[in-house]
Amino acid sequence: MDKKHFLNRLYSFGIKVGIYICLLLISTNSFAQTEQVDMADAMRSNGKIYIVVAVCLTILVGLFLYVFSLDRKISKIEKE
Amino acid sequence: MKKNWWKILSFLLLVYTVFAGFLGKVPRLPILNETIRNMYFHVCMWFGMMVLFIISAIYSIKYLRNFNHKFDIYASSYASLGCLFGVLGYITGTEWVSVTWVTDQGQSFASVLKEPKLIGAAIALLIYGAYFVLRGSFTDIDKRSRVSAVYNIFAFAMLFPSIWIIPRLVGSLHPGAPGSDSGNPALDKNDMDMGMRAIFYPAVIGWTLLGVWIATLKIRIQLIKDKSIING
Repeated sequence: MDKKHFLNRLYSFGIKVGIYICLLLISTNSFAQTEQVDMADAMRSNGKIYIVVAVCLTILVGLFLYVFSLDRKISKIEKE
Repeated sequence: MKKNWWKILSFLLLVYTVFAGFLGKVPRLPILNETIRNMYFHVCMWFGMMVLFIISAIYSIKYLRNFNHKFDIYASSYASLGCLFGVLGYITGTEWVSVTWVTDQGQSFASVLKEPKLIGAAIALLIYGAYFVLRGSFTDIDKRSRVSAVYNIFAFAMLFPSIWIIPRLVGSLHPGAPGSDSGNPALDKNDMDMGMRAIFYPAVIGWTLLGVWIATLKIRIQLIKDKSIING
């Protein structure tokens, strides 16, 4: 029982150290950045950029399907 | 299907381009911000145009060597696809300009109109436009093919001073020019890091292959139409 308690404490301590290191890394990262440049971070963080990717991929797939069907039609006429 | 592997490759590369192009990491640069992702689309149009025009010029030379009507069809189809890519590159360029050259920099619309790169690209595309006017104005097929093949080589030669040389000698806002005050040369290692290159070069290949594919469709239709001329 005591051993389990100790392990539990050790575990939570490990998590705390981990979080601390993460924060340290993040803060040094932002220090290294001399100039704050606006990027579309908000757009990425809420995940809606994926919709843009989906839309573009849809258009791309549609275009390719069209070109491919044209290709096949021409091949058919060539065989005649 | 064995012969069509490059069409599938083109599709896969472009899917990769869209996917990685929007979600991949890009360097954080002032003024450019996220628009640097246009490298995967706008710049690829010009790369593709260049490749298509090179193929077109090669077929024009081939035509002049043995006067095979087939090569004339090849040359004109590749040239028209090259023009399409050029026009798309031009339009996407103006869209990009509207947020990077006009607003933050205190530059006016007038200074953008004086841009040597824009004028040069317009001249190059108009020269190719005249190629199609020239083709359309002949009634005699052999004469049309010969004159337009010679003109196509001239148009190809004019690409180099108008797009590549003059805009880089005089000051320009476009990346790659000397004395450009906003200019950070494109393809510079500070702007295009390795992560971007891993998307950019596949994108160039993908777009170019798509252009070649559509050009071959055009060629095949024309070959069917001109069957009697080629065989007879």
